[in-house]
Amino acid sequence: MSDLNSENRSQGLVSSLGDVARRRFESKSAPTQVQGVGLEARGIHAWFGDRMVLEDMSLDFWSGTVTALIGPSGCGKSTFIRTLNRMHEFIPGAAMAGQVLLNGEDIYASGTDVTKIRLKIGMVFQKPNPFPSMTISENVLAGLKLAQLKVENKDDLLEECLERAGLWNEVKDRLGNYGGSLSGGQQQRLCIARSLAVRPEVLLMDEPCSALDPGSTLRIEETISHLASSMTIIIVTHNMQQAARVSDYTAFLLSEGGPGRMVEFGPTGEIFSRPKDIRTENYVTGRFG
Amino acid sequence: MTSSAIIKPQKPWQASPRQRMNSALIFVAAIATSYAVVAATPMKGKLAYAFVFFVAYTAFDFTVNFISRGFAVAKDAVARAVVVVGISVAVFPIISILATVVARGWRGIHLGLFTHDMALNSVTDPINQGGLLHALTGTAILVLVALIISVPLGILTAIYMTEIRGRFVRPIKFLVQAMSGVPSIVAGLFILSAVVYPITKGYSGFVGSLALSILMIPTVARTSEEVLLLIPNDLREAGVALGGTHWRTVAMVVVPAARSGLVTAMILGVARIAGETAPVLLLTGGGDKVNGDPFHGPMGSLPFYIWKSYAVGTPESITRAWAAILVLLVIVLVLFVSARLLSERRSST
Repeated sequence: MSDLNSENRSQGLVSSLGDVARRRFESKSAPTQVQGVGLEARGIHAWFGDRMVLEDMSLDFWSGTVTALIGPSGCGKSTFIRTLNRMHEFIPGAAMAGQVLLNGEDIYASGTDVTKIRLKIGMVFQKPNPFPSMTISENVLAGLKLAQLKVENKDDLLEECLERAGLWNEVKDRLGNYGGSLSGGQQQRLCIARSLAVRPEVLLMDEPCSALDPGSTLRIEETISHLASSMTIIIVTHNMQQAARVSDYTAFLLSEGGPGRMVEFGPTGEIFSRPKDIRTENYVTGRFG
Repeated sequence: MTSSAIIKPQKPWQASPRQRMNSALIFVAAIATSYAVVAATPMKGKLAYAFVFFVAYTAFDFTVNFISRGFAVAKDAVARAVVVVGISVAVFPIISILATVVARGWRGIHLGLFTHDMALNSVTDPINQGGLLHALTGTAILVLVALIISVPLGILTAIYMTEIRGRFVRPIKFLVQAMSGVPSIVAGLFILSAVVYPITKGYSGFVGSLALSILMIPTVARTSEEVLLLIPNDLREAGVALGGTHWRTVAMVVVPAARSGLVTAMILGVARIAGETAPVLLLTGGGDKVNGDPFHGPMGSLPFYIWKSYAVGTPESITRAWAAILVLLVIVLVLFVSARLLSERRSST
């Protein structure tokens, strides 16, 4: 009897997040346009020192889609996303194996200009981190200066990026203020605008809303939905509601004592309503993690 | 709103009138005891009064607290008294030095100090003749040249320790710490034997600045390192993730974010060397005339002027020395206060 009960409960929960995902799918103005493979991870392993933290991740990310990476803390989500734009190598003692293909070319191939890679694969971090010495407009255009890029019309680019990040209306009258004067949610959207200014093909988001209040989270999710039509977005999140709300595909990662592995990957609606693996079902229904 | 008119803010934890009365009585009794003891024994002077007063005050305070509130409270009172004595011993000499400098120095201060040098006067002349101009310009040039040498070197050292984090961070950190304790005369002798004897063969402001740089670089490097360590790692990652090279990220993101702190480091470095006497004595000599050329000839400086005037020993020359000390002290004080203000503005934004 009690077994049946928990079965029902879990079914209810599974289907409720599945509903969220389905509603998103139905409410989209234009159907998700898969525009070919943008980024491919092939057999990614990662180590910190001698400890393997990530084992054999292979995953394709299609252009024009949002892919969510979910899983409990310590399962290697952030490590994986950092291997995708070569930020992993900044941690002392880090090592990796495998290939990451951007438009068919391995970003880890010797002789690759790593700064060019990071221009094409932008990143938004967990904590909003606008540059404190720069104004709002300088922050947005900072990537151009850092990467020594030239653009025809900086004002147009500034407005376009802030518009796409959903921040233009709030800051258009105070572009000369410092970035630190904005609220946390605005700062995070400023960081998104900053990433967009160098026109990346892929945007990695490492728990972009975990430090924000629900209102700001909502704004950023809207921003993600707008951006998704034109680029590949990969988002790490602890919030399964969020994964269901914003993503087309979901990958579930899990570490069972050892290194993190991918347990299941599929369309978000299926992961939340009809997961194939019992561990995925347990996680998305909140029974552990 | 009506209740706020009736209820007044109170502080029930404050001492009662009776307790305040007790404290005052203890204080008066301690003063009376110190006078009595000093009069009755061979002890003499202000120090004797202070010493007896502290002993008597501690003893009375302990006794009264012990009787009225028990041993724990009495121990607490003794600990408080000991702390107060410690602070007095530490602070009193500093206040005394400042007071002495102001009291003796202000008689030598006049406007001519800032417009005349000593080319036509001797330090034994009446104090309203001649001035400090040569010493002020000399110190300014010495400090400026030392600043030009040490600030880039010090900040680059700090950047190596915090941003590049190469293999030699530990030995360099150790060296920088050890160097900040180098006696200034050693720096002076080093430049004397390494630069003056083999190369320049004479006094100049520049060699003095070289020795001052040896003293200044560790201060600038250590303070800059602390400031750069405060810059969150997120900013470095954000800069690199935007396609910046390591160097451009450091130059355009990390250093600007630490700007006001680096200015503080610079000012603290200047304050460290502005009053250094030994290297200046050895290396720049001390002219009585304004010398604007750091590469040729002896150059006056405030510490040298103080040393020279005091050594002559007439009332006029000694007053001149105190006046110069006052000017130097004010300069250093202004530097410290501006450093503090700058760093406060950094932490508030």
